Amino acid sequence: MPLPVTSYPLPAATRRAALQPHGLACRACGAEFPAQPSAICESCLGPLEPRYDPRRALPSAQEIRARPATLWRYREWLPFRGEPKLSLDSGFTPLVEAPALARALGVARAWVKNDSVSHPSLSFKDRVVTVALNAAAAFGLDTVACASTGNLANAVAAHAARAGLTAWVFVPEDLEPAKIAASVVYGARVVRVRGTYDDVNRLCSQVADRFGWGVVNVNLRSYYGEGSKTFGFEIAEQLGWRLPSALIAPLAGGSLLSKLAKAFGEFRDAGLVSEPLPRLFGAQAAGCAPIVELVERGEGPLRPVVPHTIARSLAIGNPADGVFAAEAIRKSGGWAAAVDDAALSEGIALLARTTGIFTETAGGVTTAAALELARSGRLRPDDELVLCITGNGLKTPDALPARLLNTPVIAPRLSEVAALASHQ
Amino acid sequence: MSITLQLPNVLARLANGQPRLSVDGATLGDVIDQVSGRFPELAPRLRDTTGEPYPFVTFYLNDDDIRFQGGFAAQVKDGDVVTVVPAVAGG
Repeated sequence: MPLPVTSYPLPAATRRAALQPHGLACRACGAEFPAQPSAICESCLGPLEPRYDPRRALPSAQEIRARPATLWRYREWLPFRGEPKLSLDSGFTPLVEAPALARALGVARAWVKNDSVSHPSLSFKDRVVTVALNAAAAFGLDTVACASTGNLANAVAAHAARAGLTAWVFVPEDLEPAKIAASVVYGARVVRVRGTYDDVNRLCSQVADRFGWGVVNVNLRSYYGEGSKTFGFEIAEQLGWRLPSALIAPLAGGSLLSKLAKAFGEFRDAGLVSEPLPRLFGAQAAGCAPIVELVERGEGPLRPVVPHTIARSLAIGNPADGVFAAEAIRKSGGWAAAVDDAALSEGIALLARTTGIFTETAGGVTTAAALELARSGRLRPDDELVLCITGNGLKTPDALPARLLNTPVIAPRLSEVAALASHQ
Repeated sequence: MSITLQLPNVLARLANGQPRLSVDGATLGDVIDQVSGRFPELAPRLRDTTGEPYPFVTFYLNDDDIRFQGGFAAQVKDGDVVTVVPAVAGG
């Protein structure tokens, strides 16, 4: 089916009429709450998640295939009743088989789930923001906001512009210039905060309380997080309704990996796939690796860190879902690895050279960590591996290895080209 | 001596709706004890049964996470601001 055609921005009345969000339940103590813009359990302060009716009608693979190629084709697993009105065209990014990368890693087959070309803001954050903004509209919130390491800022700014919502985005002061530019251009109020992402995050928790805005990864987080599941649903469908034996994803707040585990479980429960769940592998930068440290330690609380890495999109020292991500990794039989900044730069180059996909620092971390996990034997020669590439390299061009930028300059003479060619 | 304790809305409801409280004490643990005495319903939300913070609650002393400063044993002084933030955010 063709993509739906929409016109933006939508009138406020149209936005509000659309959806009924699901009620919520605490992931820690099980307490139940009505649908509301809150992500915190009033009993134990644990995280809230949407409640789904286990008796709801679910579509078959054939019915899903007949729907438009967007993330809304999995709407029965998203937290709403009714028809969405905002961001109808997000999702369904390419799954690319990568034989040269598989050879470099020493695995049987490898695929790249390529959210570097996600629409409209070139990262997987389009998925979560699509769901969060529909929740905001359903709750009648006219202002949305976020704490961001960059990609989320871009997504909130872009989706809010289309929806006709006011957007405030809060980012660390030292964020990459391309990510600042890709937020301000949409008319969002971009505020740079002196401090780390964790400082920004704390501020946004207070902003949500004080101003009542829809802060997508604070008070709308229960709904927002469910958008990540569509990354996993698409992988399963694009592999031909089956699961890989292994999957590696970058770890920032830890939500993506735990939601991928949830997605694969939901598709298994629905009978849409039948394989065992994949071994899940996590990737962090060595300068900010609290989840890797927890996986290696095996148990106990997460120990926050102060980030020091060029992988700013992963620089979350106190990841909210770190414990859940580590648990998902351990339960699946997977593992986690941290790589230094030089290795992640080479990871960006390796992915580009072997697949034609230019990713940002998080993708470099993911590729380099896959290489590390293959070398250490955690990834096996018979593995069918999916690499989750979540962002676009044009946002972090300064992260490339310096040697790649050492390009020749010549006079416009054929003899000089010939001289270069003879040295190849 | 006065320390300011800032509560999120979800906890302020259990403190007669007050998001900012004035408290005394030499350590953060003293501050939590005093507030718990004044608002018994708040007590089990600030400490778990072993007396430690919950994994989903972060305490900041001025701008710094108390996990980097000795936890509830951190020393507090007149004018300090302690902020309680549910950690279920971000990412």
